[in-house]
Amino acid sequence: MKLLAAVSGGVDSAVAAALAVEAGHDVTAVHLALSEAPATLRSGSRGCCSVEDSRDAGRVADVLGIPYYVWDLAARFREDVVDDFVAEYAAGRTPNPCLRCNEKVKFSAVLDRALALGFDGVVTGHHARLADGVLRRSVDLAKDQSYVLAVLTPHQLAHTVLPLGDLTKVQVRALAAARGLAVADKPDSHDVCFIADGDTAGFLRDRLGAQPGPVVDALTGAVVGQHDGAYGFTVGQRRGLALTVPAGDGRPRYVLSVSPVQRTVTVGPAEALDTSGLRAERPVWTQAPVELPLRCLVQLRAHGTPVGALVSADGSGWQLALDAPVRGVAPGQAAVLYDGDRVLASATVA
Amino acid sequence: MAYLDHAASTALLPESLAAVTAALTATGNASSLHAAGRRARRTVEESREALASALGARPSEVILTGGGTESDNLAVKGMFWARAAADPRRRRILASAVEHHAVLDAVEWLVDHEGASVTWLEVDAAGRVAPEVLEDALGDDVALVSVMWANNEVGTVQPVRRLAEIAHAHGVPIHTDAVQAVGQLPVDFAASGVDALTVTGHKFGGPLGAGALLLGRDVACTPLLHGGGQERDVRSGTADVPAIAGLAVAATVAVERQPETATRLAALRDDLVARVCAALPDAVLNGAREDRLPGNAHFSFPGCEGDSLLLLLDARGVEVSTGSACSAGVARPSHVLVAMGADEERARGSLRFSLGHTSTAADVDALLDALPTVVERARRAPVR
Repeated sequence: MKLLAAVSGGVDSAVAAALAVEAGHDVTAVHLALSEAPATLRSGSRGCCSVEDSRDAGRVADVLGIPYYVWDLAARFREDVVDDFVAEYAAGRTPNPCLRCNEKVKFSAVLDRALALGFDGVVTGHHARLADGVLRRSVDLAKDQSYVLAVLTPHQLAHTVLPLGDLTKVQVRALAAARGLAVADKPDSHDVCFIADGDTAGFLRDRLGAQPGPVVDALTGAVVGQHDGAYGFTVGQRRGLALTVPAGDGRPRYVLSVSPVQRTVTVGPAEALDTSGLRAERPVWTQAPVELPLRCLVQLRAHGTPVGALVSADGSGWQLALDAPVRGVAPGQAAVLYDGDRVLASATVA
Repeated sequence: MAYLDHAASTALLPESLAAVTAALTATGNASSLHAAGRRARRTVEESREALASALGARPSEVILTGGGTESDNLAVKGMFWARAAADPRRRRILASAVEHHAVLDAVEWLVDHEGASVTWLEVDAAGRVAPEVLEDALGDDVALVSVMWANNEVGTVQPVRRLAEIAHAHGVPIHTDAVQAVGQLPVDFAASGVDALTVTGHKFGGPLGAGALLLGRDVACTPLLHGGGQERDVRSGTADVPAIAGLAVAATVAVERQPETATRLAALRDDLVARVCAALPDAVLNGAREDRLPGNAHFSFPGCEGDSLLLLLDARGVEVSTGSACSAGVARPSHVLVAMGADEERARGSLRFSLGHTSTAADVDALLDALPTVVERARRAPVR
């Protein structure tokens, strides 16, 4: 096949491209420039799309003997991922930007363009298995990225090649080293790629401004502290609350809900975070939709533990009845349905 | 394979290769006092004389540098510093909006760090600076003017001689980046009237990494590189003897053949333009019809992304450019086309085809064989 390999400059996408070449595909490498003001050098495990990353990606393509180009998708990334991230926080939800990037950029803008230019599909270095249109978890559960790929449609998956799903990260690094790829020992990326210093609250404050308001105790209704912006809080958060009034029972308090419009952050005891019933919206099936109600597993965050659930239809969305309560589920998170290690569908927690 | 990117770098002339190779095997630092040093020095000085002779300058006006970017930086920063030091009121720079980044970014650095201000000289729809625009922008606070001889993207030739007269009438020195012009147009430093002129070898058949700034003897210019003072105390660094030898030979050969080269390339280019327009009637030719580099053709293809076109042509063995690439290799809308009044779509969907001394009719045929299919395919790809 004629494939377009998205190469970030990291080890995973480098090995994925190498394996696609070795499998006999006609591969062209593309680095996605997602930052409008790329840094010259990469700093540790943070940031993205520095000029250094682009050079690293180009060197991988040199070693593999394949053409290499840079595509400027910075405007698209800003609109669909960064602006969406800020707007979601401003609305009191907790978005997953990696999932949004896969949905709107890598497997949409890039894939659409690749198909139009005559490629059969894209190759990426995601850790997940994909065969015959069935998306499954990676064999390396610690590195599994099936959760952030669960937004892909059957059409998108039909034009996607994921060569790394049967490999552990350790094996991927060894394959990179064996092929003389200089990125073999490059640090893994962590955190949100477009927040280079890892300070999400500061990033949001710069964009949304100070919006001070009260921190309210759910049990007593009393104001127990002040905050600079409700968007800086996530359901389930314990640290950084700066409460001025101690809890009556002396136990730690957690963020239970965030209401940016009222500028209120509500806190309470850990058990008040437990939920066993959820509503989720805008479902996307990776295969032909399965009839509801359905017993399956649901995972609610990138590295969360899956729990059993009964999923039933609720208008255009779902109701999920969880077998065991889950702590700290925030609106905006993705609810991903699994049948064993197979990804069935995803939807957004309402 | 068809190489249509001579404006980025053209093929080394065999005469230049021979000169570089001969000099590479000679030991010696041109600053040394013994026989080996004198031999190296002789090569450098003969090269300087040859370069001066080819470009209408005196040998003492040739400052040998590491290439176009260094020459532009030396001229813009050096002349600004010297002029502002002599007369602190003169801190404003006039430069055209279509300069190469080696001038643009040097000017912006002076604005950000050295208290300079800048007036960007507007260009017309063809990319030309009208003499009245310069006249209107001049004043007694101006330190220097920089306007390129011919544009690297769209090939438009500027009225440099007229601009030099106007600048001098106001007592202001003028620099011109003539990197694209040498070998394609007659370039005579003395006749042009400019005070400083940038050239670089690899655009006319010399080796990469060797260039010069032609700098009038009485033009004050503060050095960028301090050290041994090898080049008139304006530029330091051990002379790169092989590269300098190759640069001078290439200049001599390219300038000698320039009339014939220009005639041949203009005919090839006119054929290319006519055939592109016939095959793709909505293609827009950017730049001037007259007063254009003979080897330059530059088009916008509505509804296409330039980098999609480049990828598809590259896959078919046709090598072209989307304009000047920035450091990460990202194709941003060209500041040149934007300054000429192009909208973003026209700027993003543009390609430069540039011919040079090794170009043949077969190169143009190869481009025309591939282009219609490629444009049709790129048009189907979503634009952003």
